[in-house]
Amino acid sequence: MMVKKILFWFVVFLVAAWFLTPVVFIFLAALTPAQDYYNPHKIFPSHFTLDHLYKLFFVLDGWKATIISIEVALISIAISFAVGLPAGYAMTRYKFPGKNAIRLSILLTRSIPLIVLAVPLMVIYMRFNLADSVMGVALAHTAMILPFVVLITSSIFSGISVEYEEAAMVFGLTRFKAFIRITLPLALPGLAASAIFSFIMSWNEVFVASVLTLSNRTLPAHILNTAMTSPDYFKFAAGMIMAVPAMIFIFFTKKYLVSMWGISLK
Amino acid sequence: MSEAKTVAWLLILPTILYLAFFIGYPLFSTFVMALSGEEKAFDTFLNLFHDKTFWDALKYTLMLAGVIVPVQLVLAIALALLVNTKFKGYSTLLYIVTIPLALSDVTAALMSYTMFSPMGYINKFLMNLGLISRPIYFFGFMYKTREFWVIALTEIWRATPLVFVIILAGLQSINKEYLEAADIFGFTKAQKLFKIILPLLKPSIMSALLMRTLFAFQIFGVVWMLAGRDIPVLAGETYYQYINLNNPKMASAYAMIIALITLIISYIYLFGLRSKHLEEGVR
Repeated sequence: MMVKKILFWFVVFLVAAWFLTPVVFIFLAALTPAQDYYNPHKIFPSHFTLDHLYKLFFVLDGWKATIISIEVALISIAISFAVGLPAGYAMTRYKFPGKNAIRLSILLTRSIPLIVLAVPLMVIYMRFNLADSVMGVALAHTAMILPFVVLITSSIFSGISVEYEEAAMVFGLTRFKAFIRITLPLALPGLAASAIFSFIMSWNEVFVASVLTLSNRTLPAHILNTAMTSPDYFKFAAGMIMAVPAMIFIFFTKKYLVSMWGISLK
Repeated sequence: MSEAKTVAWLLILPTILYLAFFIGYPLFSTFVMALSGEEKAFDTFLNLFHDKTFWDALKYTLMLAGVIVPVQLVLAIALALLVNTKFKGYSTLLYIVTIPLALSDVTAALMSYTMFSPMGYINKFLMNLGLISRPIYFFGFMYKTREFWVIALTEIWRATPLVFVIILAGLQSINKEYLEAADIFGFTKAQKLFKIILPLLKPSIMSALLMRTLFAFQIFGVVWMLAGRDIPVLAGETYYQYINLNNPKMASAYAMIIALITLIISYIYLFGLRSKHLEEGVR
């Protein structure tokens, strides 16, 4: 029994180490001074430095790219929730012909690689003067996030009993008001979690962002195209900057994670 | 049409229009662009099929998918079974395992680079332990095989959690009574796993497999960051043709191949899933 218990915790430890080690090491590498990094006998640095992070942000334009990434993500979330939330609501609360066909085609759009869309989108954007613009990337990212938002909001709403809304309507509220005052507040935590997840989807997307922009690059696109020609320690600093928001996100949405993923691709 | 139906359609219409414009139309014009050759309709594809790089890219994409997807599935099932025992502190492990979920492929590649680069931590550890005197090179044109395995390892590290959460969600929805009944009949642990848990997990396994296989054919960031074009892959070539060679036609042709593979895989899985539904009648 004792041996079994030790073995069990050993496996748990191994799993945790397997997933944590690369994260720990990129943080370590990002904070290691250059001469310590290139010294093969120094695994742990003699002191930590914020130099690489500072230079990446202020000399290599990482700051501008970070701002653009945030702008793109926020615009995409705003549009995809404005467009997708009503659709998600309709998918759960109404019965109408063609519903299954619509659900299936929305699901299928999630499987179309963005790579396929990037090139023709660029041609369209040139015509509408959207090439190399924040809005252009945001609109493309919306196309990626919107199907997810429709499917996820639909499942969030289906978890909230329709009877609350009906009760409110008995008391004289319109359906819209019942939705705003009753269903929406109940759905809010789930919606917030999926908004954060949408943020991460946009924050991480690199292919479309690199194809559609040249000077207004998002952070990952900027790193893929510029920082890769810089010394190693800048790459690690870049990796750290990209990893931090992601980890914070996972921490705050842990509760919703499994249910969110379990239902997002039925 | 009744009023409710009209309202429903009005609520859904913006989504349909948006997706039609931003996904449907580009998809259609990719098709058109790839098919309109210089002289004849299929010129671009003929050039593509005569290009050795295309076959290499197809080969490597298939090989990577062939290695990554099965390993991920097995690891994810094992992990989900471990976490689902709900031992003390399992939620901390859940947090740790799901960290890579939120990391981009570019970030994951950078992390892997800190470990495997010539001055990376693996080399440093081995050198300090006196096991090697010079760094082992994992990257570069000379070491394609090593690059391949580092890429596979990175992808396994990055995307196993994606499979894991789907499997875990499926595992948690299994009715406990089945397992209690199995206990009464004296099933061993292995019997419970293979006779009850895995068959009931099949829908989750199928959707996890579908998602992972689709994304495996779109693999780009990790490969591009770690190996560049030493290991050509379909999405990488799409990018290269468009960005570096400024050849949107060839890029579209590559994109079409990816779309086509995607479609075939979706069809196979959907077909497989549906027949499963018919057999069981539930779920």
